[in-house]
This record gives sequence, structure tokens and C-alpha cells, in this order.
Amino acid sequence: MPDLSLLADALVRATPLIIAGLAVAFAFRGGVFNIGAEGQLLVGATAGAAVSLWAGPALGRSVLIVALLSAALAGAAWAAVAAELRKRFGVLEIISTIMLNFIALHLVSFLVRGPLQEPTRIYPQTQSIADSARLPIILPNTRFHFGFIIAIVLACFFGWLFKTTAIGFRVRAIGAAPKAAWIAGKVDVKRTSYIVFLVSGALAGLAGGIEVSGVTYALYENLSPGYGYTAIAVALIAGLNPIGVIASGIFFAFLETGALALQRDFAIPSSAASVVEAVFVLAALAISSLRGRGIPGLTRPATR
Amino acid sequence: MIPFETFLEGTVRTATPLSFAALGETITERSGIINIGLEGAIIAGAFGGFVAAGTGHVWIGFAGAAAAGMFIAAIFAFFAIRLRTDQIIAGTAISLMSLGLTATLYRQLYGATGAALSIPTMGVVEIPGLVSIPLIGRALFAQPPITYLLYALIPVVWFWLYRTYSGLGLRAIGEDPRAAVAAGIPANRVQALAVLLGGMFGGIAGGTLVIAQAGSFAEGMSAGRGFIAIAIVVLGRWHPFGVAAAALVFGAASALQYLFQAMGWSLPYQLFLALPYVLTLLGLAGIAGKATAPASLGRWQDQT
Amino acid sequence: MDDGPSANWSLTQASIGQPVSDSPANALELRGITKNFGAVTALDDVSLSIKPGSIHALLGENGAGKTTLMRIAFGMVKADSGQILRDGGLLELRSPADAIAARIGMVHQQFSLIPAMTVAENVALGGKGLYNVNDVAARISEIASTTGLTIDSRARVANLTSAERQKVEIVRTLAHDARILILDEPTAVLAEKDIGELFEQLRVFASAGGSVVLITHKLQNALDHADEVSVLRHGKLVLNAPMDAASKDSLTAAMLGSAPQEQGITRGTAIRSRLVARVGPPFVEVFAGEILGVAALEGAAGPLLRSFAGRAQTGSGKPGSGKTGLRVGFVPENRQEEALIPDLSLTENLALKNAGERRGIIDWKQLRDNTSTVIREFDVRASGPDATARSLSGGNQQRFVLGRELSDKPELLVLENPTQGLDVNAASVVHQRMKAARDSGTAIVFYSTDLDELVDLADRVVVVGGGRISDSPPDKSEIGRLLLGIETAEHPVA
Repeated sequence: MPDLSLLADALVRATPLIIAGLAVAFAFRGGVFNIGAEGQLLVGATAGAAVSLWAGPALGRSVLIVALLSAALAGAAWAAVAAELRKRFGVLEIISTIMLNFIALHLVSFLVRGPLQEPTRIYPQTQSIADSARLPIILPNTRFHFGFIIAIVLACFFGWLFKTTAIGFRVRAIGAAPKAAWIAGKVDVKRTSYIVFLVSGALAGLAGGIEVSGVTYALYENLSPGYGYTAIAVALIAGLNPIGVIASGIFFAFLETGALALQRDFAIPSSAASVVEAVFVLAALAISSLRGRGIPGLTRPATR
Repeated sequence: MIPFETFLEGTVRTATPLSFAALGETITERSGIINIGLEGAIIAGAFGGFVAAGTGHVWIGFAGAAAAGMFIAAIFAFFAIRLRTDQIIAGTAISLMSLGLTATLYRQLYGATGAALSIPTMGVVEIPGLVSIPLIGRALFAQPPITYLLYALIPVVWFWLYRTYSGLGLRAIGEDPRAAVAAGIPANRVQALAVLLGGMFGGIAGGTLVIAQAGSFAEGMSAGRGFIAIAIVVLGRWHPFGVAAAALVFGAASALQYLFQAMGWSLPYQLFLALPYVLTLLGLAGIAGKATAPASLGRWQDQT
Repeated sequence: MDDGPSANWSLTQASIGQPVSDSPANALELRGITKNFGAVTALDDVSLSIKPGSIHALLGENGAGKTTLMRIAFGMVKADSGQILRDGGLLELRSPADAIAARIGMVHQQFSLIPAMTVAENVALGGKGLYNVNDVAARISEIASTTGLTIDSRARVANLTSAERQKVEIVRTLAHDARILILDEPTAVLAEKDIGELFEQLRVFASAGGSVVLITHKLQNALDHADEVSVLRHGKLVLNAPMDAASKDSLTAAMLGSAPQEQGITRGTAIRSRLVARVGPPFVEVFAGEILGVAALEGAAGPLLRSFAGRAQTGSGKPGSGKTGLRVGFVPENRQEEALIPDLSLTENLALKNAGERRGIIDWKQLRDNTSTVIREFDVRASGPDATARSLSGGNQQRFVLGRELSDKPELLVLENPTQGLDVNAASVVHQRMKAARDSGTAIVFYSTDLDELVDLADRVVVVGGGRISDSPPDKSEIGRLLLGIETAEHPVA
């Protein structure tokens, strides 16, 4: 069944894109320019792998839950560095999160050659995690795993959060107009955007944890082919709408898996996919600008 | 050669491309535009420099680098100034696009390794007399000519910004475009010029990496220098001399590994690789409240 | 200050076309100017002539089109049709740069100076070539010696008072050799003493052959100082005459047309026993059923009003301390940035009130109904509760905000410059609503830059500034005296 496995491959690739895309969409909606999903994802993957390896034997099946929660927590902690820098020192999160991406990359590189390296010390990666720490496969004989379901549920949850809850409305308000949110709505803008930052980081971290538990079963350097960066395109094309993120995440996943196939068959470099993605984002920007309205919630925050 | 001299030479070498990029971004940001696409201009400059240097002339290489950087900046200027889209989003998308585009073109033109092509590199030219100053002589005056061009450009940019009416006008736009327009300054044109110059300097930074340092192109070789340069602009307080000094500090941090190697101290190399990014974060936190950005930086402003 | 040798950094002379007029006596002539903003006609076939050596008052209510007309003359706004003539020659204005080159200068109502820069840098803006601070300083003192506009060229604009900033703006236009000086509501921000000084300097300028266009909605300014007067109403020129042919009554009639006059002043009957809020030190109290007016020099009223409203900005961005549980409505001056989220619907903007305290699920249906009620009761012209706030005109936005803030029957209502930018009808509605709320027992605190509004509306006035607060009866000259006292105490040798 070659067709089915291609479809499964695309949906497997869509999983981190949707979850990290949600992370970006949630942050941007709340006026937080978190472009550090890549770093948060890597740190989440690291935590997920480490917990799976260390606690796997002791916890049995429940290690999966613990590992995923640790991944989310690690992502939130990594984001908290940038959130603290913004809150205490007014450091632009655009710069700090990118710096943290590079630091995370070198951290993983160090860990898989150092403390977390597999016992034979040959390959720069961790040992494979136990079966009990792996996400169940939904479609037999493919790599299609339960993580995709988690991604869909999360997207629906955040869609609901924005639409109906007071918290969701506050997040939209501080993103669209922080000053009005404070003056007219008495919203504590700093505290709310801090929380937005952490939630965004947790989502990105979870994306990394799910990638380890569902796909790679180990931590290694090139675990993410830039999911965290593609996630920015995913979120923007979706108009920062959580439900839209599902569609754009799947779309970009097809684009990227298709590009890999093209590279195999026609020697077109897969990096061409990232060009296409960027062009999509620019086109979306141009269209929204020409229609005279910004992407909702993308006003620059007044306080920095 | 004593290790400390090697360290100082490494400092200046690493600081050169960072200074070029940061000096250009200083011009751009002084006009009120933040170009996160600087990373894209650097990688484009590296690629353009690599292709143009294939002609066999290093200065044609640099011309190609400058042109490629300006081309990327022109795309950014179209979005940020003509369409008034969000500068952060446009810049991020353009950086991603440039990274993908250069990688794709490189593989298409030269195959996956690119080993076939050899380009001339810019050699070191010693400045007689000055080079024999103890300790710093070789570090400052045994460098490739492009570094000497940088030495000349720093005071030139300073003079332009602070001692000419057009520089005054440019700074005025960065503070308040409406006031500048009311005073008869063509804000859009000046901003476009500032973005193009910033892109040109970024392109030269990329050209320096290829032509004066590595001698070849590699995918993603800009390695976040564009983002570090943006941080350097903040640390240098948007002032050409301050920016040059801040770039030297970063060069020193990156060159520390030479010193450590020479001293025989061993630390994981990832630590050295991560150091510039960590230092950026610490620097930005340290300067909190002491630097004032141009008042309208990064914000859309209706100019009537 | 006549056509003396201009400094080497002055702008190049504009190329002015061939004369097309038989009356070269006019320094500036606007012919048949029409301007539409979307469906709204801001200016309808307006023609106006400015003579050399005169002070020409351009009168009209807020929103009459005075500023738009003069922005067209300054190249900031492009007219849909019409011609501009300078000394009889046709003038093509693509930007303010062209106007400045044609020796037209404009002092804007919202100051167009850059606070982070020095006086010299601000004055020099727009020049060409090499910038030398000493040349500019020399030019500034040269202007000071001929006009009496003395200003420290090295001072940072951020540290200057309103009156000083206005001086800088005028000096700047003169430094660029302006012969036509347009001033937009120049007296709005000035104390009495400074107003007198300003007009003395303008008269010197006019006597030397310059032309002054004075945009104002204050009749008295025109009566006291202008040679010529024109009146705009709803974008049409309704009167144009030498000042000695006009009277206070004829000008009033021209400005207001058949607009409804506000009813006579009615004072509230405050129940001084029921204290609603008290902030300080120095302490200010407001009681149920009264309108407390706050008079202040620019910027001084903000902190007081915001602590009344519980919006005093603390370091952490947390609400400032105030009496908890008090229902407070707040109408900030900057509607677009502080009261509304332009891209959200009116329903969502209604939900914005108290968004910080709301918990759980939002009942959007209920909020939508409430929004319809506000729209109906406050006569907000909008397509419905789903219209974006951006789609409303300024007056409708203000009525919506006022309606929203009154929707939960607040015990205290705080307003900053509640009628700024509104036309006379919209302003009158706002005043009526304020009085109605007062009469139903709400305590109201408001600030206005317009002393007439303050006097007409307030039951009691406090004058704020220089760290002091003084009580005053609602009497204009008394308030003026107190404000002046603050000004001189702050700047003994201004």
C-alpha cells in the first residue's frame, strides 16, 4: 500500500507542524513574538527522551504521560528564559528566542555526544526508548501514530478557548491592542503575555516530546528539520486561527514530504520547499496588506 | 606567535562580518525600520559573493555580495515600506526564504558538495609600520583589505548620521515619521535607501565570510549572524562607534576558543559555539534601560 | 527678518510657475478646493485669499474643515480638485517639502517636534548639505533678535514646556525663510500671558510683510488680533471679510449656522455628604451627583484622572490601588489606542470593559444584546453590533465608548477631553449624557483643555499643576489666574 504509507508519512510530519504551529499562533495572537518554537521543541524532545530513558523501567506504561508532560514543561521553561528577559529587562523576544534556538541546538549536540550518548559511544544519539514509552501506532504497518490525534484535539481546544472563554478573549485583546486592553479592560498585560509565552513554549516542547515518543524513539542532532521555523509559516497562513492551523499544517507537511520525494526522483533539492513556504507567507502578507487589514492580532506590542 | 595575539586576531576576524552587518542595520534602524531579514541578506551575500568570485576577481565577488544583499533588502523594503506589512513577519519570512533559496540554488548549480568550484580568496595585506605595534599591531593591521574598508566606513557612517542634514533627517524619521514628513523630509524614500544600504552592508558581511574567510560557500553558513548583529546594534546603542565596539566584544567571545586551545584547557566545543548566543542574551539584559531605541522603531506609522 | 541673506543651509527656492492671476496682491490663494474622505465631503469648493502683511483668521467649529484646508495648502493632504497660487503663480504641492520650498510654514496643533532631539536639530530638519550645530544656533539667535522668540538651541525638546515648544515650531518655519505662517489652534495650549506674547510676535512678522493664517475655533482670538476673517462650516466657506466689517454676532451666526445651542447652564445639586472617591496626596475628593472639572496645563491632569479611574500605571502593569468594588467608567482621550480595539467588533469592544476581571465562558449572545442597547440608546450610527470599531466616525466612537462606560451604571465616571475632535452636535450630546448621569447620582470627574467647556459643565473645578492642587469656582478668569500662577511658579524666568 504505497499510497497509504505516503499519506501516513505526510500526517506524521504534519503532527509537529500543527502543534508547533499552534504554539506560534497562540503566541502571536497574544502579541508575543515567539519565534523560538524550534529551540523549545528541541528542549522538549530532549526532556522527553531523557525521562523516557531514565524513568522508563520504573514507571511502565505511564512513562509516556510523564515524558510528554516533561517535554511540555521543558519547552515552557526554555520559553520562560525569554519571557523573563522580556519582563525584567525589556529584551525583544524576537532576538532572545532566536538566540535560544541556537543555544538549544548546541545543547542537544553536546548531550548526544556526552551525558546522553548511547552506551556504545559510536553514534551521536541516545539509546532508543523502550516500547512502553512509545506512542501507539494507529495504522498498522505505517508510522501514523497517536500524536496526530493529540494535535487535532489541541487545535480544537485552542479554537474553543479563543472563541468562548474570557481567558481566550483577554489573549486576543492584549495582542490586538495592549494599551486598550489595559486602559479599557484593566487586563494585566504583562502577566497575561507572560503566561501566553509559557503556554506557547509548552506546546512547542510537547511537539518535540511527541516527535521522540512517536517517530524517532531517540534524541539526535537533526531531529527537527526546522519544524519550529516552518511552524511560523503554518501559523501565519492559517491567519493565526487554531482550526486553520490543522489545514495549513497538513498542507505544509504534504509540501515537504512531496519535496523529499521530488528530491529522490528528480533531484530537486528539498530546501526548495522552504522557499515555497516563505513565498506563501509573503503572498499572504501582501494580500492582507492590500485588503487594508492586518492579520488579526499582529499589531506590534506597544511595550517592549 | 603568542596565544594572546592569535586570540586578538581571531577577535578582529570574527568581528569584521558582524560589524558590517550591524553597521548596516544601524542605518536601517535609525530610519525606524527593523530588518530581521538581515540574516537573509548575509546568506544571500555569501552566495552572491561565492558566485561572483568565481570570475576570479575578489572585488567582483564583493560587488556580487553587495548586490545580492541589496536584492534581498529590496524585497523586504517592498513589504515593509510599500505595503507597510508587519516588519518582523516580513523579515522572518525573507530570512527563511533566503536560507532556502541559497541552499536550493547552490545544490542546483554545484551539486550537493560544491567541491568542483574553487574561488580566489582575499589574502592578508599588512600595513607597514602599524603592523609592528606590539600586541595589537598584527590583530588590527594584518587583515584582508575588506577589513580596512570597514575601518573607513565606521567614521563615514557616523559623519553621515550626525554631521549632515540627510543623516539628521534619517534619524528624525526613526523618531517620528510624521514630524519628519511635516518638516519636508521624504520619509518613504529615505527609509527605502536605509533598508537598501543595510542590505548592502549585510551582503558584504556575507561576502566577507566566503571570500575573506572560509573560501567556500556552505548552506546556512550565516549561522544566526544577522540576528546577533541586530543584538549588537542594541548593545552599541544605535551608534556606529558603539556598534563597532560591541562587535569586537562578540568577536572576542567567539575567539576565546583559540585562547583556550592554546592554553591547553579543554572544554566541550559546543560551549564555545553557544557562547556568542549566551553572551547576546546577557548583554541585552545588562543594557536594559540604558539604551533608547529610535522611538518609532518597527512600528507602522501613518505618515499624514 | 526680511529677505536678508539666508544662511548657507537654507532650502533652495521653489520654482513657481507663470502668473495666471490678475491679482498678484495675494500671497496665497486657494481656488475651488474640494476634498472627500470616503463618503464624507470635508471641503466643498472652498476659495480663500491671503494678503501679504496681514493676520488672517480661519474660524469654524471643530470638524469644519479648517485644518484639512490648511494641510492642503501645506502639501500634507492632496486636494481632489482645486488650485493653489503663490504670489499669483500656480503651485504644485506634492509634499510639505514643496510647500517649505515655496516659503510656506505650518505650526501644527499636535506638535511635530521630535522630543528626543535638541532644539537646533529640530529647527535644522529638512535642510541639505553638512549640518553644523553652530551655524544653526547662530541662525536661531539671529531670529530671536528680530522677533523676540528666544530659545536655547541646545535644550532637548522633551524638557520644554508647551509654550516653548510652540516657539521652537515658529522659529523653525522662520529659519526656513517662511513668508506665510499657518498656525493651527496656537492658543489651545498657551496660558494668557503667552497668548499675548505670541500675538505680539505674529504682528511683528506681519508688519515685515509676512502673512499669518490663524486657524482657530475661538472667536475672541480672531476679534482681538486678525485683520481678515474667513469662516468655514461643514466644509463650506460661509463668510469672508475684513475684520472691521465683521462683528461678534455675524461671526457667531456664521460659525454655528442653525446648530442647536446648548441649553443654559444647569448646576448639579451635589450631595456633599456622599464621598465617592478620594485620591492623593495632595487629596482631591469627588462626591455623588456632581461634575468635578479639572483644569491643568498640558499633561498635568493625566495622573490625577487616571488614579481616579484606577488606571494609574504601576511598574508591574497591575491596576493601581484604588477603592475596590467601586464601579468606575473611564473615557480616555485617545479613543483609537486606549478605549477601543479598532479591528474588533462593537460586541467584542463591549466585552473589553472589565475583560481583566471576567472569568470562565463569555455569554456572547447577552453581550450582543447589550451592544444593541448601547447603539440604540446612545444614537451610535453603526451597521450593527458586528461592525468593527474602525468603521465608525470619531463622534460615533466616542458615543459608543461613553455608552459602554455608562452601561453598568457606574458610581464614578472619569473622562479626558471628552469632546475633543467632535463637532458641535456630537459634543452637545456628550454634554447632555454627562449631565444626565450626574443627575442620576453618578460622580463625574473630567478634564478639558477647553476652559469654556470646563466652566459651562463643571459644578466645581480644581486646578492642577506644579505639584499643587487649588480649588476654584467655575469661573474662567479665576481658573486662568490659577493656571498662570502655576506656569510662573514652575518657570520663574520663562
